[in-house]
Amino acid sequence: MTLDRLDRRLLNLIQNHFPVVPEPYQELAKILGTTEEEVLARLQKLMEKGIIRRLGPIFDSSKLGYSGTLCAVRVPSEKVREVAEVINSFPGVTHNYLRNHTYNMWFTLLAESPEKLQAVLEEIKERTGITDILNLPAQKVFKIRVNFPLEDDRSVGRFR
Amino acid sequence: MLDDLDKEIVQVLQEGIPLVKRPYFVLAQRLGISEEKLLAKIQDFLAQGIIRRFGAVVCHRDLGYTANVMVVWAVPEERLEEVGQLMAGFDQVSHCYQRSPSLPEWPYNLYTMIHGRTPEECYRAVKALSQLSGVTDYQMLFSVEELKKTSMKYFSEPPFHHASHW
Repeated sequence: MTLDRLDRRLLNLIQNHFPVVPEPYQELAKILGTTEEEVLARLQKLMEKGIIRRLGPIFDSSKLGYSGTLCAVRVPSEKVREVAEVINSFPGVTHNYLRNHTYNMWFTLLAESPEKLQAVLEEIKERTGITDILNLPAQKVFKIRVNFPLEDDRSVGRFR
Repeated sequence: MLDDLDKEIVQVLQEGIPLVKRPYFVLAQRLGISEEKLLAKIQDFLAQGIIRRFGAVVCHRDLGYTANVMVVWAVPEERLEEVGQLMAGFDQVSHCYQRSPSLPEWPYNLYTMIHGRTPEECYRAVKALSQLSGVTDYQMLFSVEELKKTSMKYFSEPPFHHASHW
């Protein structure tokens, strides 16, 4: 899908700032100099095409009382599907990537308490037969940026 | 601490903001509260940092950021703060965390996600970060395949479900 200038301006705008007012799409239309109907139609299309994955809040999991960690495991190539199936079956596993390293499977895990987190890791070990898990909980967050500015809107910072 | 209403609001909001004229009114109705109350609660969550960002989550691959690499750095303990701040200041670095290494064979304590439009852009950024920080012990882990990527559903476990079953 090619994005025209209005799509790009809309995406740049709502990645950072979705209005928290009774009529947010009307507000966006005003800022962009278009109509509410146009904004809704564009958003509908961007969601159908999968360019927008979700519209809403991103929560700070620790402030919701959750514990989280990043884990890595070494999985023999012939067992990758099988192990991924077990790991991905836990709702608290939100991301899982195969990477080019001997520690080849990297996943993030969230749970309601440190005890539950540990219990899930134990269950993963038990069900996959993998004993060596790199467990790397964050000690400090220096940065989390999840927006991706699009280039041809000069009103926003460029991705240099 | 979050009360029951707060948790219900989290549950409803994480399903996404609907594409209708008054989306908060629709969500508030589902919660059995007023639109005004819901808007105030969202502002509250933002002020407290419970909501980190309120907006669209985009598929960055579709926006041209097709290359990304996780770089793990072994930074001397006493330089972690300085190096963490330095790397966080780069546009190409989307995430920067200090993590505690759990095994002696794995000394890496600083984790960065680096995004670019091409792998070369990523390589250039990593080289620059290494030179500027003076950290030379690092590894680049490119993603080969996305096995799972989803948004967390908070407070969605059935309340009487035993922990080991989910």
